[in-house]
Amino acid sequence: MSAATRPAAEPAGGPTGSAAPGIGQAEQPGMWATLRRGLQLSPEMLVGIRVTLALAVVTALGRVIVPLAVQQTVDLLETSRAAGADPSTVRVGWLGVAAVGAVLVTGLCAYVVNVRLFRATESGLASLRTRAFRHVHDLAVLTQNTERRGSLVSRVTSDVDTISQFVQFGGLLLVVSTAQLMVATVVMATISWQLTVLAWICFLPLFAAARPMQRVVSAAYGRVRERVGDMLAAVSESVVGADTIRAYAAEERTQRRVDAAVEDHRRDAVRAQVTVALTFSSGFLVSGLVVAAVVVVGTLLGVGGGIGLGDLLAFLLLVQLFTQPVQVGTEVLNELQNAIAGWRRVMAVLDTPADVADPGERGQVLPRGEITVAFEGVAYAYPGGPPVLRDVDLEIPPRTRVAVVGETGSGKTTLAKLLTRMMDPTTGRVRLDGVDLREVRFASLRERVVMVPQEGFLFDTTLAENIRYGRPAATDDDVELALVELGLADWAGGLPHRLRTPVGQRGESLSAGERQLVALARAYLADPDLLVLDEATSAVDPATEVRLQRALDGVTAGRTSVAVAHRLSTAEAADLVVVVDAGRIVEQGTHASLVGAGGVYSRLHAAWAAQQRTP
Amino acid sequence: MPDAAPPAPGTLRQGVRVMARGVRDEPRVFTLAVLGSAVYGAGTAATGWALGRVTGAVVQPALAGTGDVTTGDILLAGALLAGITVVTAAGVVARRALAGITMYALQARYRRRVTRAYLRLPLAWHHRHPTGQLLSNANADVEATWQVFAPLPFSIGVVVMLLFAAAAMLAADPVLAAIGLTVLPTIAVVTVLYQRRMSPLVTRAQQLRAEVSDVAHESFDGAQVVKALGREGEETRRFAARADRLRDANVAVGRMRGVFDPLLEALPTLGTLAVLGVGVPRVVAGQAQIADLVTITFLLTLMAFPIRAIGWVLGELPRTVVGWDRVSHVLDSTGQLEHGEARLADEGAAALDLHGVGYAHVTEDGEDATVLADVTLDVRAGSTVAVVGATGSGKSTLAGLLVRLVDPRDGTVLVDGVDLRDVRPGGVATAASLVPQGAFVFDDTIRGNVALGLDEDGVVDDDAVWQALRLAQADGFVAALPAGLDTRVGERGATLSGGQRQRLAIARALVRRPRLLVLDDATSAVDTRVEAAILAGLRGGSSGTTVVVVAYRKATISLADEVVFLDRGRVVARGTHADLTVDDPAYARLVQAYQRDADERAARR
Repeated sequence: MSAATRPAAEPAGGPTGSAAPGIGQAEQPGMWATLRRGLQLSPEMLVGIRVTLALAVVTALGRVIVPLAVQQTVDLLETSRAAGADPSTVRVGWLGVAAVGAVLVTGLCAYVVNVRLFRATESGLASLRTRAFRHVHDLAVLTQNTERRGSLVSRVTSDVDTISQFVQFGGLLLVVSTAQLMVATVVMATISWQLTVLAWICFLPLFAAARPMQRVVSAAYGRVRERVGDMLAAVSESVVGADTIRAYAAEERTQRRVDAAVEDHRRDAVRAQVTVALTFSSGFLVSGLVVAAVVVVGTLLGVGGGIGLGDLLAFLLLVQLFTQPVQVGTEVLNELQNAIAGWRRVMAVLDTPADVADPGERGQVLPRGEITVAFEGVAYAYPGGPPVLRDVDLEIPPRTRVAVVGETGSGKTTLAKLLTRMMDPTTGRVRLDGVDLREVRFASLRERVVMVPQEGFLFDTTLAENIRYGRPAATDDDVELALVELGLADWAGGLPHRLRTPVGQRGESLSAGERQLVALARAYLADPDLLVLDEATSAVDPATEVRLQRALDGVTAGRTSVAVAHRLSTAEAADLVVVVDAGRIVEQGTHASLVGAGGVYSRLHAAWAAQQRTP
Repeated sequence: MPDAAPPAPGTLRQGVRVMARGVRDEPRVFTLAVLGSAVYGAGTAATGWALGRVTGAVVQPALAGTGDVTTGDILLAGALLAGITVVTAAGVVARRALAGITMYALQARYRRRVTRAYLRLPLAWHHRHPTGQLLSNANADVEATWQVFAPLPFSIGVVVMLLFAAAAMLAADPVLAAIGLTVLPTIAVVTVLYQRRMSPLVTRAQQLRAEVSDVAHESFDGAQVVKALGREGEETRRFAARADRLRDANVAVGRMRGVFDPLLEALPTLGTLAVLGVGVPRVVAGQAQIADLVTITFLLTLMAFPIRAIGWVLGELPRTVVGWDRVSHVLDSTGQLEHGEARLADEGAAALDLHGVGYAHVTEDGEDATVLADVTLDVRAGSTVAVVGATGSGKSTLAGLLVRLVDPRDGTVLVDGVDLRDVRPGGVATAASLVPQGAFVFDDTIRGNVALGLDEDGVVDDDAVWQALRLAQADGFVAALPAGLDTRVGERGATLSGGQRQRLAIARALVRRPRLLVLDDATSAVDTRVEAAILAGLRGGSSGTTVVVVAYRKATISLADEVVFLDRGRVVARGTHADLTVDDPAYARLVQAYQRDADERAARR
């Protein structure tokens, strides 16, 4: 497909694409280094590359059939006319057969080159994608910072797509064009070295200018991409914020903003288009001028007898083979650069050490059963941020129900995440049955410790499948039983298709409270030795929450649980209350021992109780 | 995407209609683009013709040493060729630039029209359409509709080129021209076939790309769950399955290209060989000249690529038609809130009356799902009313009806005795403000977010904005922001916490000094202490405001003069909090759940 039909703005994140802090990108390897690394990471891409390249050269030979045929035919006609005899029909016939045969062979080669190239590169890219995807799941940044997720997604999608797109369009074009230029030059040189030098002297400035022109074009596309982002943001406000706009009669203002963003995009897109039109036509212009120059110089040379008519005509046709490469050179370079940038970003992900990786074979497998947890001098700080948790020492004996309380932002959730190894402490260690969490094999850890996060995330499938996510082997009866034991059977029974109710993307067909119920059932079905609840019931209505809490009290009796709680009634029911304040554990003990101690807990509890007693 | 389907028989007709609409919308630039392209087309044909003429008149005699060819003649021939090239190149620039200008002008025009429709259409219409669909209507679908204008002027220029080339070929030699004029249309036809066969494959690859992206998004968004339950392996297998299918789809695209690209290359080559094969005996027989062979050979070479443009336009049409279908669905959607002429008073608290109000959502299956039924209610001017109910009882819908976000299906909503449907445009918003459950923050400054245009109209100044922020307990964090009121927040600016967003939304309502303020669970992410301060401020200075507040928290509810208890869309009880707690067991169960739980635990201890 030609450059003319492709959209002016490449959709993928180009060089200006979002950077993800926390992902290594200090060093920017050069183009060749990137290519080398990239090919090492995807060795499939190099499978049979020699054969593919050789076939590409054969394909390029197809492009010189017409010039050569014209040369032979015209020479035949000219010589026979000079000799005053008819040209041999046998010779013409054989030439024709050879030419048609060459067309068929080179056509077949072109097919094979396409298929081989696509198969090799797409296999390499598919495994690169999958590898990067797996690696991202081992990065702490994924759970540390929700805003960076979008950029991580683009590492395994649009960034790889830019490479794939390059291979499909620019890459193939680059290989074929290079071969075509080589073959054309060789044939041209056999006809006339003077004219060949002339042609190259004319084209060289264009090849040299390709890089600077590419920079201009790339900058223009970069601006367009930014404008597309702004425009989408403005348009999305008119859709996502529809309620607010209506409530405040802000329609005209919103329209003005959308109009401005749309106009900015139009203006910059037109600029980019004009830039590309100019670079494109410079190739067209030079090719045409070369033809004129070759006619003049060739004829003058030929008068001396060096060049025949057939030679000259063939040469003019060979010059045409330069046109396409110089016309699309800028575009191909641009695609190449986007691809290199994309490749670099994928590598940056793979080069980021897996900070919460499975120790694998080296790790320990802990037998199931009673569980002891210990925090030893634990501190945690988000990369580049102040510590959110420090000096944490905590011992949780088996069969203890722990409530972690404290104000918003005190570090409760961080404590829960460290306990389940969503991330690793900056200093100190967390031990499970005396073993550092980092030494425990994932399979063993996830079997023994399960957390229910606050946000109750669901996958876009049925209710039953979402609950089964906790224990893939569970039958429908197991799922049903879990719901009954949690007192949620009535609720599930009231859904339109009961267990088979689809929950929608991210569970959006259910309310926030209902999503939390599913998340809870899922963790309960997983049947861990240690259940960690991070405000797992904050979004359900009070009556439901109380019901659920009681069910949980029942099922957690006799096992270890840690609950981050916003309601202090949870603390009242716990065996051990841990009070977190400004990143430190300030108090530990039972509710009874702390409530009257005059510390942070007394204050928190008094405020909570007062609110509850409001008549 | 439905454009994977084979093109319907009406595609050409419909596509032409869409193109005609585009031409009508942008007649000037489009005409210029076509003129530029015509220059390019005529110039390319002229190049082939001139090469033939130059060969016959100058080069051949010069090389053969027959005839009197001077150096001047040779230079003149070169100048002719160079001149044609310069004019043709100018045509190329004009064609490409103006085609882009036409296309982007059309895109911009229709994006503005689509968003105007969004802002006009009632919210009920919005709620029936998924957000993603509306965004792609305004973006991808508009783009798909007008993409055809990129190759359209080109292909019209190619038609001009074809006419000139046909004339030049026929003038050269009718028999050889017949071969050339068979090959060129064949290339166009094969290109159309190519596009038709390719389009479903490309669409499939695109779809799979979206699926790969969906899986990655879902898996990364749910990373905590994936990690917590140790499902990284299964997730990777799920992702790998999609990635492999995308790989296969891309390879299928490569295979199709491998078939058609060489075929399109081979056609002009075979055509030229045929011209030469037939041409030799004709030249020998004196029926044609070598110059004629040259003309036709060059025309075939020069036109082999541009002729495909006709195929691109025809191949693009299915996308054009589908894109336009979706865009026009939005543009043709009817319905907007009808307004009357009535004005509401400017000052003093508003009185509110609801008579037999009912509301239903239209579900995806087209059925009505009743949300509210027979709600009759009166709220005294200046009073504070709390609306309480379990999740899904219709509280938010009720809140929306009070400020006319939507109209009731049955019954009427009256402010100061005036049916909201009779109020003039914009009149309800000046009197009543709603703070919705999810605070929406615009990609704008703090000032812009609070004033929402009132500052530009000179209605509110910075003092008023600060005062509203103070009342909403937001002045503290705003003052701490790097640029104060000028700090950009929202999508791309500094991120605010949930509680800060809510307080900003409350300030947005308060700066308008509304006569009726509706808070739809608008303080859920705010600390209890802060919430109490906000509500106290409202009561303190709100003699001129009637407040309706949707809430769970007892602290909030207890501030209300009256409580309305909703259950499954109906008002089941009204009264003071104290009375309802005693009289209505269901109400008591809901609002006192925590306290009772605590009491029972204490009793067990």
